[in-house]
Amino acid sequence: MTGITKDFPGVRALDSVDFVLHRGEVHTIMGENGAGKSTLIKVLTGVYPKDSGSIELDGKTIQPKSTLAAQALGISTVYQEVNLIPSLSVAENLFLGREPMRMGTIDWKAVQSGADRALERLNIRIDVSRLLSSYSIAIQQMIAIARAVEIDAKVLVLDEPTSSLDADEVTRLFEVIRTLKSNGLGIVFVSHFLDQVFEISDRITILRNGKLVGSHDAKDLSRLRLVSMMIGKEESDVAKMEERRVKSKVDRSSEPFLTAEGIGKKTSVGPLNIEVRKGEVVGLGGLLGSGRTEVARLLFGINKPDQGTVRINGRETKITNPRRAIRLGFGFLAEDRKVEGIIPSLSVRENIMLALQAKRGWLKLLGIRQQQDLADRYIKALKIATPDAEKPIGQLSGGNQQKVLLARWLVSQPQFLILDEPTRGVDVGAKAEIEGLVLQLCADGMAILFISSELEEVLRDSHRVVVLRDRKKVGELSGDSLNSNELMNMIAASTDAG
Amino acid sequence: MILAASLKFKGFFSPDVFINLLRDNAFLGVATVGMTFVILTGGIDLSVGGMIGFTSILIASLMTKHHLHPVVAIGIALAIGSGLGTSMGYVISVFELPPFLVTLAGMFLTRGLALIISPETLSIDHPWYEKISGIKLALPSVFLIVIAIGLYIAHFRPFGRAVYAIGGSENSASLMGLQVGRTKLRVYALSGFCSALAGVLYTFYMSSGDANAARGLELDAIAAVVIGGTLLSGGVGTLVGTLFGVLILGVIQTAITFQGTLSSWWTKIVIGFLLLVFILLQKAFLLRSRRDHRA
Amino acid sequence: MRARFDPSRLGRWSWALISLVLILLFDLIFTPKFFSVELRDGHYFGSLIDILNRGAPVMLIALGMTLVIATGGVDLSVGATMAIVGSIAAQVVTKSHPSVVVVLLVCLGIALLLGTWNGILVAVFKIQPIVATLILMVSGRGIAQLITDGQIISFGDKALSFIGSGYLFRVPFSITLVLVMLGLTALLTRRTAIGLFIESVGDNATASRYAGIDVRTVQLFVYAFCGFCAGVAGLVATTNMRAADANNTGLNLELDAILAVVIGGTLLTGGRFQLVGSILGALVIQALTTTILTKGVPIEYTLVVKALTVLAVCLLQSAKFRGKFRFKARVA
Repeated sequence: MTGITKDFPGVRALDSVDFVLHRGEVHTIMGENGAGKSTLIKVLTGVYPKDSGSIELDGKTIQPKSTLAAQALGISTVYQEVNLIPSLSVAENLFLGREPMRMGTIDWKAVQSGADRALERLNIRIDVSRLLSSYSIAIQQMIAIARAVEIDAKVLVLDEPTSSLDADEVTRLFEVIRTLKSNGLGIVFVSHFLDQVFEISDRITILRNGKLVGSHDAKDLSRLRLVSMMIGKEESDVAKMEERRVKSKVDRSSEPFLTAEGIGKKTSVGPLNIEVRKGEVVGLGGLLGSGRTEVARLLFGINKPDQGTVRINGRETKITNPRRAIRLGFGFLAEDRKVEGIIPSLSVRENIMLALQAKRGWLKLLGIRQQQDLADRYIKALKIATPDAEKPIGQLSGGNQQKVLLARWLVSQPQFLILDEPTRGVDVGAKAEIEGLVLQLCADGMAILFISSELEEVLRDSHRVVVLRDRKKVGELSGDSLNSNELMNMIAASTDAG
Repeated sequence: MILAASLKFKGFFSPDVFINLLRDNAFLGVATVGMTFVILTGGIDLSVGGMIGFTSILIASLMTKHHLHPVVAIGIALAIGSGLGTSMGYVISVFELPPFLVTLAGMFLTRGLALIISPETLSIDHPWYEKISGIKLALPSVFLIVIAIGLYIAHFRPFGRAVYAIGGSENSASLMGLQVGRTKLRVYALSGFCSALAGVLYTFYMSSGDANAARGLELDAIAAVVIGGTLLSGGVGTLVGTLFGVLILGVIQTAITFQGTLSSWWTKIVIGFLLLVFILLQKAFLLRSRRDHRA
Repeated sequence: MRARFDPSRLGRWSWALISLVLILLFDLIFTPKFFSVELRDGHYFGSLIDILNRGAPVMLIALGMTLVIATGGVDLSVGATMAIVGSIAAQVVTKSHPSVVVVLLVCLGIALLLGTWNGILVAVFKIQPIVATLILMVSGRGIAQLITDGQIISFGDKALSFIGSGYLFRVPFSITLVLVMLGLTALLTRRTAIGLFIESVGDNATASRYAGIDVRTVQLFVYAFCGFCAGVAGLVATTNMRAADANNTGLNLELDAILAVVIGGTLLTGGRFQLVGSILGALVIQALTTTILTKGVPIEYTLVVKALTVLAVCLLQSAKFRGKFRFKARVA
């Protein structure tokens, strides 16, 4: 791809970007949100037409006008949310749209055997007649990759493939990627998990603000240099950011705000004990799938626990639904803001005062003047980038949406805030702001449960970390043991290798 | 689950009763085949009843007022019916208007056109018709043949699989390269054809055309499809289930008329009640299977 | 409350307003007598009054329907509810002779109950609204017929008949009733947080629940309220004819109501709702029908015209459609 430029109304998403992919190479594109990664991919895969520049595949100039056209040319994409049909069988998903026919009817036997063979090539052996939905996301992703490969892909684009996978599954995925590499496939990898990027990539291209910053061999690049190229800050600043830690002291003499004993739900998580004090940040550390969000959902009343007790300020209570939790002083910033957080067509102002209004009930409507004041105050305090408070929240960027949701909970003045992946999909600048805010809140006396899949983030910002693995609590870290080595050990310990 | 419940009803089973059941519900049944495909894609077709009225009065009028041969009249009716279905499909797939509204407009349109053709019923007097109406197995056979063809398309043709895929996840289906727009258009064309065919069967059943025929039939069709196990959100369901749904509705109707003491409006109440029961059963079933799944 | 007149929201029901103006303009040009309003027997008569009077039931139902659709649902049973309420009113008034207040309480109470039934099916049993309200729609007519024993029951109770056939300030009482209900609904939804909750639930029910909104209660409320509106509409329709017809009262009105709501700018998928828009939408439908009748076109054509209007309005509202035309304009 040479000199690719793409404009959207009001913004130049790509500015003369070059990108070269070789056969048998894993080439990762990195950049913060808004850098142009996904736009470049979408131009390559035919979702957007480019405004200028040229794309050449195997020496021939191409102009893919749709994903179908791109597929026909040999460019296949596997997305983060596996785009297959859960209500159909695995075999059928592999052959959908290109079913082998015999005398005018679908040859189901050929579908079955073809599916077995396709998965065999990736060293996967499963029952292809079962529904896709009966398999984990990790397996579903492999199936999506198998489908892409079957359709004679020359270029395979993997868009954030590891976000929902645990360590074992990531290893398996990387094995598959290496197999494909040795078969001569060119692979474009998009991810923001630095360790994984260094593990699997041959070359790394960095974009920033729509411009190409550089393309380097992975072995020539250091982590620090990579991050500084991505965010455009000096390396020394980056190092300082990784250093920031929770400084405030926690008063351990009084009764904890929240005490959960033996809390658990069959097939979900637990049983486990958790304690959070006022002014304390308790982190939940663990890999994806370890049960962190499940714990949060149990505490907040979204799911009901089968066992265990919860005490708030010493008094035993049952939290059966979110409303009850909110009335007890809880707040909950959910993991998936699109599905569980924002009300897209309502304005920023309405989204901000929603929880407070829900608490007050339907009779006591907040006056419009009051609402506007509140909204303006928090827009300023959290530096939410929006021309005015009446804009529908769906039109804001991810990071700003997250800030609005944070404002929603702050407005209701909770005593205990559960933050599930508060910095996911948020650019580095906003990330720092949010982390700073969390520390400020705990210094002011709020009890906080902090969940993040970025282990350094959890370590940086927590007084104590509760470690989960495979849906169970395996330990707690605090004080001197609060470092990445200990955390890694606790997570990795005891499972047999292999 | 659903099969067990329906078998219970087949208690008063004799071949004659069964054939009559198929005969009386043939036109509803054929219409539900098209409706099943539409609902499988996650859509809905409210124009079914109107289409039956329209095609029936069209055929009757073409034959009595214009003296066309029944085959020609039927051919024209089927062509126009499919055309209307295609137009609705076009508007739904190209302009992305909600199927509920578009087919609602279709319902108004077909009823209106039918009433314009003739507000009164027109009886059909043709040797052909008398002959065919005399064959007891004629209508049931057509019904069963249509179901068989429908089953074939659903499970052995790419079009049918695309229908299931779109209902399962339209977004994924499109990303996987399926031609979602075209499939949707064809699904409504198919439904238009089935409803038109149902109208044809109606004329044989009643030996007349009636613009007011099948008022509210679309709801019976939806009820039959839902009772038969197809999810309104699409992606899950079979034509076999729909067949059972139609039979169950037919059995209720017959049972009530048999009773004699109960007035006809009890039918409506009972159908409503049964629909409720079946929906709740469906929900309970789904919940239990989901729970087993997770463990 | 000022939020209701937010200019960015005005756009949504402007199509309804434009359609209405167009229709009335057409009438003005081709049927000058359309706009004549004469004073006879102490009341006003004329085509305009006719539109308002005959459209009253649809407008009332449309109010309740707007809120239901705003939560992402739909209520197909409103016609049946109208029939049931009308039947009960007629029976109660002819079999015994209670005061009007008692009749009203009984009827509206039952209407609320029916609405709540729908609400329970949707909110508690989580049944899809189309199917849930379909149940009452199908069985409701049967119930209404059961109540009247299949007969059409006429009654002459003066006080009751006032609702549908009486006059207030020289204008049919039904019009005043519509305005009162509109005002009541507007007050209820905008002066309390219910309007906000309804829009929130319709837009994203899960997020609303996590934010602490009682989604179940909101849903119960909108269906109960819709039932209530249907009850009022049933009383108006029945007392207008001074007879209860279980078969025909409110027949197909649910479809007209849904159309009115959509024309008025509320999306079928839920979210922001336009009460005034729905009233305008109902007026558009009624104005169309009346225009057709006054031009002497046979009544059968009204259905066809309705169909085309629905299509036209929906196409205009569809961004895709407008996009195609804008492109053509640029090319040409």
